[in-house]
Amino acid sequence: MDTSICAETVYITGDGGAEIEMYVARPQSDDWRGGMVFIHHLPGYDRETKEFVRRAADAGYDAICPNLYSRVGRDVAPDDAAAKVRADGGVADVQVMGDVGVAVEHLRSLPTSNGKVAVIGHCSGGRQTFLAAATLPIDAAIVCYGGMIAGDGPPPQLPSMVPLLDRAADVGCPMLGLFGNDDQFPTPAQVDEIDKALTEAGKNHEFHRYDGAGHAFFSPDRTAYRVEAALDGWERIWAFVATHLKG
Amino acid sequence: MCTYVTETFPVAGSAKGPSGWIRVTDAAVYFDHPVHASADHTLNIDLRRPADGPSARVGVELTAESARALAESILRVLDESAALAHA
Repeated sequence: MDTSICAETVYITGDGGAEIEMYVARPQSDDWRGGMVFIHHLPGYDRETKEFVRRAADAGYDAICPNLYSRVGRDVAPDDAAAKVRADGGVADVQVMGDVGVAVEHLRSLPTSNGKVAVIGHCSGGRQTFLAAATLPIDAAIVCYGGMIAGDGPPPQLPSMVPLLDRAADVGCPMLGLFGNDDQFPTPAQVDEIDKALTEAGKNHEFHRYDGAGHAFFSPDRTAYRVEAALDGWERIWAFVATHLKG
Repeated sequence: MCTYVTETFPVAGSAKGPSGWIRVTDAAVYFDHPVHASADHTLNIDLRRPADGPSARVGVELTAESARALAESILRVLDESAALAHA
């Protein structure tokens, strides 16, 4: 079995005609396969997210992550770009969906694509993944501890983070949700609300929650990392995409 | 957690980073995941000069305990200096 992968940076025209940097990792085999779009977290287009992209390629999928902060400028360190975006009030949902939609179509345009694409995101990217499931023509969505899906309203400093529960009826693909029971953004009660909204809307979804894990339990370089939750979560992700990205 | 709690305000002064001193004009204060510090959440301060681009920034990530100690120290030093000036 050929386990070689190739990872590279590409520049693609995104929402509003802007040049968007994207990190792409692909298996080197010619097999037909699905694709996965990773939405990076609020701290930006960082090494951790790029490692997730390579992990997906290693698992046999064409994978891509758009740098949602590309408009800050080329060659800006991810943490500097994130600091500017935070100070400026965040990125508008419509622009994020535009950029993610371009990444989805890029994966579908690859010669190895079977036409199926999943979107996955952590933290703020989890919230944006929920929105992608309700907005974009995708085949599966994986929400990892997405904050501000449920809740009373956006924090005044980041007005773009509007709650999304009222979009549950628009979700157009199966959804996997992975959450930590010690998390406060979202709280377990908010996860219940998301689960309930999807159930009431008749949406295909499965949620898994981990005791002893909080926010960012997938992040190996952070003290929040919880190895048992992360490894079980990855197994559930691969089982989920194997089902829904099958050609 | 991602608190998203952020305050931004103008400042006047200077800060020193790897490339030297910059005259800072803007500050952001927030409690969230650090990029580098070994803690789940930290009090983060960005001192910036946006006119010189996003890289004109000095960032600090402190544990909540350290940040409170710093804040109290800043106020104590300012108060004591003001008292001496008026003595």
